[in-house]
Amino acid sequence: MASNADKFKSDGSMLGGLLEWVDARFPATALWNEHLAKYYAPKNFNFWYFFGSLALLVLVNQIVTGIFLTMHFKPDASLNASGVPVAFASVEYIMRDVPLGWIIRYMHSTGASAFFIVVYLHMFRGMLYGSYRKPRELIWIFGVLIFLCLMAEAFFGYLLPWGQMSYWGAQVIVNLFSAIPLIGPDLSVFIRGDFVVGDATLNRFFSFHVIAVPFALAGLVAAHIIALHEVGSNNPDGVEIKKKKDANGIPLDGIPFHPYYTVKDIVGVVVFLMFFAVIVFFMPEGGGYFLEFNNFFPADPLKTPPHIAPVWYFTPYYSILRANTVNFFWLDAKLWGVIFMGLGVMVFFLLPWLDRSPVKSIRYRGPIYKSALAIFVVCFFILGYLGMLAPTPGRTLVSQICTIIYFAFFFLMPIYTKLDKCQPEPDRVTFK
Amino acid sequence: MSCDEKVDCGRRRLIVATATVGGVAGVAAAVPFLASFAPSERAKSAGAPVEVDISKLAPGQMMTVEWRGKPVWIIHRTKEMLDGIAKVSDKMADPKSERNMQPDYAKNEFRSIKPEYLVAVGICTHLGCSPTDKFKTGAESGIDPEWTGGFLCPCHGSTFDLAGRVYKSKPAPDNLEVPPHMYVGDAKLIIGEDKKGA
Amino acid sequence: MKKLLLVLLSAPLLAFASDVELHLDKAPDHSRDFAALQHGAKVFVNYCLNCHSASYMRYNRLTDIGLTDKQIKDNLLFTADKVGEPMTIAMKSADSKVWFGAAPPDLTVIARARSSEFGSGSDWLYTYLRGFYRDSERPTGWNNVVFENVGMPHVLWELQGDQVMGADHKLKLEEPGKLSPQEYDAMVGNLVAFLAYMGEPMAEFRKSLGVVVLIALAVLFVFAYALKREYWKDIH
Repeated sequence: MASNADKFKSDGSMLGGLLEWVDARFPATALWNEHLAKYYAPKNFNFWYFFGSLALLVLVNQIVTGIFLTMHFKPDASLNASGVPVAFASVEYIMRDVPLGWIIRYMHSTGASAFFIVVYLHMFRGMLYGSYRKPRELIWIFGVLIFLCLMAEAFFGYLLPWGQMSYWGAQVIVNLFSAIPLIGPDLSVFIRGDFVVGDATLNRFFSFHVIAVPFALAGLVAAHIIALHEVGSNNPDGVEIKKKKDANGIPLDGIPFHPYYTVKDIVGVVVFLMFFAVIVFFMPEGGGYFLEFNNFFPADPLKTPPHIAPVWYFTPYYSILRANTVNFFWLDAKLWGVIFMGLGVMVFFLLPWLDRSPVKSIRYRGPIYKSALAIFVVCFFILGYLGMLAPTPGRTLVSQICTIIYFAFFFLMPIYTKLDKCQPEPDRVTFK
Repeated sequence: MSCDEKVDCGRRRLIVATATVGGVAGVAAAVPFLASFAPSERAKSAGAPVEVDISKLAPGQMMTVEWRGKPVWIIHRTKEMLDGIAKVSDKMADPKSERNMQPDYAKNEFRSIKPEYLVAVGICTHLGCSPTDKFKTGAESGIDPEWTGGFLCPCHGSTFDLAGRVYKSKPAPDNLEVPPHMYVGDAKLIIGEDKKGA
Repeated sequence: MKKLLLVLLSAPLLAFASDVELHLDKAPDHSRDFAALQHGAKVFVNYCLNCHSASYMRYNRLTDIGLTDKQIKDNLLFTADKVGEPMTIAMKSADSKVWFGAAPPDLTVIARARSSEFGSGSDWLYTYLRGFYRDSERPTGWNNVVFENVGMPHVLWELQGDQVMGADHKLKLEEPGKLSPQEYDAMVGNLVAFLAYMGEPMAEFRKSLGVVVLIALAVLFVFAYALKREYWKDIH
């Protein structure tokens, strides 16, 4: 058997020699080729295909800024000499006393919202072009797991500044667990480690936020990419480029990811960073959506703010939670709300098996799926908007309608995707 | 590198230019992260100059104040103590304070602005222990029959005279550090700030 | 299907009739007016910093608004010894909770906390500080137009005078104070400008740095885009 050293011949230069030495011991060149230089991606990626690499960029941003914030943040709910919780004061310490600490903090807080924007768009891309369809079911499942981790990460992280919204948001969400019959009340105490959200809760959320969930996220992101590079990328036409290969076994419609998509993604990154910088430097509060105004009040366990709403990225699911107001079967409304909310996220796992359309891409789908997706998106936005507002009977009715449509989109999918009049897929990818 | 036919020169120039601009941007992006390692405003405030009232410090006595978390000694030296300093100069490693362990205004025989007051950081220049005062002279000191008063570092036995100068052939390489300081009137001393900075 | 869409699109308009409106007066913008900010700082230190702390704000940060360390020390430094110390107060929050029922909140970031969909935090504070009126039913004798049943008495009443709530729900100045209404509004405007500055002292620097960052990214974009075009000319 040929050793690794024979596979990679040095060009004789010093750097080449070093690479040869490494390659004999670690597959550096092989990895580079497999994932970048000889990873053939369809050449017709459009705007929607920027968001995967951007999600990776935001993840790196969150990790790097997070490492530096952890150096100054103190997860301590006790009050300092001025009667302010230490955790809350330590955030202001980062904002004022740490040199340029405010940039790092705003990058992290803006990054949280940016993460969800990018990931929601990335998921929507998958729904547009059927990226979850066979053979990419596992990529999609890893992706939904990443989305779940992201929600957990955001939820844990949001408690840390220990403001009013942090505190009461955590209080409400942890109390959801008390809806579970029999063990519920004890379970929520167990999660908090106290009878109310307190110092113990803050410390365990801090630990989850900086260690446990990021580890899981990093592993899942690796799995997501490895699975993708195993089966190859989908594209806006939803056709498999691997079906048409040239004499060397290279897909006719494929181009090496590096340099073509690296240089293209760099453009996407720069444009994204411009939007990001506008938020960080000119509107870090994002109009109260990225940093909620009420969170500038330190947590007060004795006083709930008049109106509490989760951060914008949770509001569609918060609306679904609140939409259910009736007890049916032997379970009460609160528990059904929790079940529907969980189901609202989990249902994405089923998507690869719910979609029975003969084509993948929206470009060749019929009017039924196009309208269904459009209505779904509208409902998602309405649910998101309603989740920020205090409930009124009218709003609850609208959110109930939207919740039904949300689930109908998924559970009726096996029927309407079969009925739909699709156009034939082309043989080769197209540029549109 | 010269351009030959194998590579596209325009493309290579563009790569170099983009990499340069991107590299500069990357370095700039690292600035906030590096800056956040510098002492914060809180640390700076805690390290701010300290005002000391020395009117109650009797001759022959010593007081310790904290400045930037370090002990700073203020010693009111008597005539005898000052004479002792002059006597032991030849036993010193750096008798004329030529090494940079004090501001220029303390680069003199007694390493001080006013001969009777010594201000020095009470941290041994060897490995950072705080020496103990040994003001008793002669055999009574338990150090040396010719001891004229000074300091002994408990960790590794370095000895210093009452001007904070280190004795020869001891582990400590340098004299004790004299921090920046200045007098405001006769009775008030500010440590950590001098007239240059004010 | 189209009907359903129509219903969906119009539903928000019907369902989202607004919550209670809060009318706020617009606070003047003095964010770059050092004289106003300095005056505001002085009012803050004299009237607010007895019961309220601003414990994340260091005195020497006021060099941002054109003061020197010496000016800060001579004119503003009442509650600390060193200019590097934060604006804390001697009163313990636990004590004040017993005395007043609620501890007077720390005011460092109050201008950010009071922002809402109705206006900026400055607008709220500007309305609040000018909106106290006599109310014999309150233990302090005071009530407020934007903060119902407020716990704080009207600390600036000597300056503003006594306002009462008229039957038409408008405030009337019943007994003038030491300042004319115009002078009082100007003073409150300066105080609010200072509170807004204190909420985010780096705000002005943040914006100017942002301009530099955006210009740099624009330059990078030109190069990155040119490089992308260069490579992609191969792809057909």
